[in-house]
Amino acid sequence: MRAAASQNDTVDDFVRMRDVTKRFGSAPPALDAVSGSIRGGEITGLVGPDGAGKTTLIRLMTGLMLPDTGLVEVLGFDTRRAAASIQAAIGYMPQRFGLYEDLTVQENLNLYADLRGLPKAERPEVFEELLTFTDLGRFTGRVAGKLSGGMKQKLGLACALLKKPRLLLLDEPGVGVDPISRRDLWTMVEDLTKEGIGVVWSTAYLDEAEACDRVLLLNQGRLLFSGTPSGMTDRVEGRVFRLTGIEGRRRPILAEALDQKCVIDGVIQGAAIRLVLAPESNAVPAVTALAGGRAKADLASPRFEDAFVDMLGGGPGGRSKLAEADQPQTTKDGGPVIEAHGLTKRFGDFTAAEDITFEIPRGQIFGLLGPNGAGKSTTFKMLCGLLKPTEGEGKVAGFDLRRDTAEARNRLGYMAQKFSLYGDLSVDQNLEFFAGVYGLRGAHKRQRIALMKEIFEFGPCAGMSAKDLPLGLKQRLALACAVMHEPEALFLDEPTSGVDPITRREFWTHINALVEKGVTVLVTTHFMDEAEYCDRISLIYRGRSIALGSPDELKARVAGKEHPDPTMEDAFIALVQESERQAA
Amino acid sequence: MSKHAAERKDRLSRARRFAALVRKESYQVVRDPSSILIAFVLPLILLFLFGYGVSLDTTTTRVGLVMENATPVTQDLAASFQASRYFDVANGRDRREFEEDLLIGRIRGIIVIPAPFTADYVAGNNPQIQVIVDGSDANTANFVQNYTRGVVATWASLRAAEVSLQPASIAVEQRFWFNPELTSRNFLVPGSIAIVMTLVGTLLTSLVVAREWERGTMEAMMATPVTAAELLAGKILPYFLLALTSMTLCVLLAVFLFGVPFRGSVIALYALSATFLVPALGQGLLISAATKNQFLASQLALISAFLPAFLLSGFLFEINSMPLVIQWVTMIVAARYLIPSLQTVFLAGDIWPMFLADMAVMLLIGSVFFALAIRSTKKRIG
Repeated sequence: MRAAASQNDTVDDFVRMRDVTKRFGSAPPALDAVSGSIRGGEITGLVGPDGAGKTTLIRLMTGLMLPDTGLVEVLGFDTRRAAASIQAAIGYMPQRFGLYEDLTVQENLNLYADLRGLPKAERPEVFEELLTFTDLGRFTGRVAGKLSGGMKQKLGLACALLKKPRLLLLDEPGVGVDPISRRDLWTMVEDLTKEGIGVVWSTAYLDEAEACDRVLLLNQGRLLFSGTPSGMTDRVEGRVFRLTGIEGRRRPILAEALDQKCVIDGVIQGAAIRLVLAPESNAVPAVTALAGGRAKADLASPRFEDAFVDMLGGGPGGRSKLAEADQPQTTKDGGPVIEAHGLTKRFGDFTAAEDITFEIPRGQIFGLLGPNGAGKSTTFKMLCGLLKPTEGEGKVAGFDLRRDTAEARNRLGYMAQKFSLYGDLSVDQNLEFFAGVYGLRGAHKRQRIALMKEIFEFGPCAGMSAKDLPLGLKQRLALACAVMHEPEALFLDEPTSGVDPITRREFWTHINALVEKGVTVLVTTHFMDEAEYCDRISLIYRGRSIALGSPDELKARVAGKEHPDPTMEDAFIALVQESERQAA
Repeated sequence: MSKHAAERKDRLSRARRFAALVRKESYQVVRDPSSILIAFVLPLILLFLFGYGVSLDTTTTRVGLVMENATPVTQDLAASFQASRYFDVANGRDRREFEEDLLIGRIRGIIVIPAPFTADYVAGNNPQIQVIVDGSDANTANFVQNYTRGVVATWASLRAAEVSLQPASIAVEQRFWFNPELTSRNFLVPGSIAIVMTLVGTLLTSLVVAREWERGTMEAMMATPVTAAELLAGKILPYFLLALTSMTLCVLLAVFLFGVPFRGSVIALYALSATFLVPALGQGLLISAATKNQFLASQLALISAFLPAFLLSGFLFEINSMPLVIQWVTMIVAARYLIPSLQTVFLAGDIWPMFLADMAVMLLIGSVFFALAIRSTKKRIG
């Protein structure tokens, strides 16, 4: 191995890629002339939105897939010629962990130990070490299918680590795992790098990217950046500001700011607005003035996402043609538009959601924040009438979801998790279908469809099958279908997970503008940053709401010595730990 | 380490990997309800269906009997038809009386004793009887024809004995060997065992491999030092044994519950079944390697293996009465080589020349499937 490595220019490079291109069918290349390297002893983040080419690149490194052109060398071996030698020296955890769900934790470990040729004599010690490391010692007899997401993740990692690999490839290990498990996992992987193991951690979460030693940033199959995260954030250093003390509603102010030429990017952050300004622009006073006399702009430390948006040429403007075209929702009374009172759902002896209570006044965004499997989607489905609550009641626009289901449903627009449109129907046909489903007719229907096509610029792809659209356009189409009938309440289930930051900005520009028109929004997300776009959030953990308040309130609650300026994730973890202490 | 020792170590780890794969697969079979369903519950349902539910025996068939002129001879023959327990006879003088009935299906056939029958019979001139049947229902048509022959033959020999004449002239000798009561259960049950092995060998195998692709476990395994051959072999052995177990269960039921005779040897039974599993498993592996998707795999397995085993194997429908093109198609259906041999093992006994010929063809078909399956199961994704 040494001999092979010493032939390379740099001994440290565990993976070297040169002009790697991979195509599937006639689609644009999944990877387009990607060159880069991965070193031992550190965590390299393979960062990018869904469809950027992360999984393809990892598969190329395993030798399970070959590049169309270009060269991939892993640990000194060419993947074309010596895939077997590579596979003997790497650990790989695919997206779904590669566990056998019918097998117990111990049986999974045994299987992979046999497959990787771990000598029998070493096993007791290695198993002991890994089970302690992953804290799975108590569950060795449990079938893998019955483990929580976080535990599966750790078992998957343990299986990949059985015969200490030199290179560990982890494909989106942070997906579907609660923030606490994610942090545990990260700590474990960091320990490994101290032993000289090279780790590749692919992710669509830009906050994970910040923690990596080095990153390869991919977008639409192209490598945008390669280097340390700080090398990335340096490009926007001194251009990121936090606007506080805002007078009036912050969303229209953000919209106005985004329309300024000198503003590259902006998002709502709790009660504040976060802005990225163009280089060498002296726009701070002008932008601050938009927010009223008492507003002030403080320099903020840049984040990976700020730099990513800047690199992509800035976010979209602040105008939403969608909201401009809609009639303002007239306030009939001051009552809440969405209400949940003691909503409880039990499946057998499993309580998926317990005693969830909140009210959302008109024109607000309310977020259900929590890891996968916490009970967000269950709560959500009860509120849009898809699931019958075991106890409690839900109301939309004053209509009880149990008794007046049809009235309640006509007043809400629903955008389901992932892509839930008809993939085989064209864009036009999807619009037509959803307009029909929501009871639009005749001239009004034609007018709304035409409007949606104009606003979202579906023109060139009107005849394309929805499943062939790029992710960003799918997102737009899903939103168009949900808002076509001008609903009073909008339900968004994980609306922007995995999309690139530009698409996410565009999406939130529309939502922000609709909210200003009086639309009420309920959104679920496991994405901690996204929670900051909400007016209020409820933290859902193991079926219960453990905290409820505005993002700033929740963060303030946990601010202390440990975290003087906590992030949403810090707040989440602290609040979960607090609720567990109370339960114990 | 010496070269020799390294080789031994390599062999050892290969054996260990293979054992691990087989063990894993066995755990999964035992714990996965769908495997149990396909390997044991479905076969039982099928067997009971064919054992009790489906019968190709006709008890009484309604026919029209046309006697073009009444003589003592023809009346005597007519009486034989009346007396037959297979026929429910309506009498007439002209076949046109029954045409309508045959068209709308009120009767299954018309038996005509033509005007010259008596004269021919007395003269010993090979008298003719005409049988008109509804050919759209080939099975029933066959029965009417065969039973008519039976009735006429019986009548002729009885009459010959009475008048001490040679019966040779019209005797259409029909004898049902090995299944004298013509109980369809006796040949349906052995046939359905072939169907059961198709279910386990092709459908179940293609499903479990496709499931590994869907759940991402195939990808994780491929990234280990396992070789493609080990992966394939690790799948084949457990399902081979499972299919034989399932077959054994069916045979025990067939013999002890349904009373199907078993006249051959156990060795022949297992030799035939094991050989049949070569093409069945090969086809299953090929399907799953090509589709990597459980839904598609199940559809393909049903259409390309299960239905042909049912329809094109001679199990339910006589291959000889199929259109020529379809007869050619049946040549590549492995089940058609198993079913006659299997029926022979049950109803007749060991006829090794026949078995060996059938086994050779099954092996040939199987090796083609395996060659294709190995070619499409490389250690590569897409």
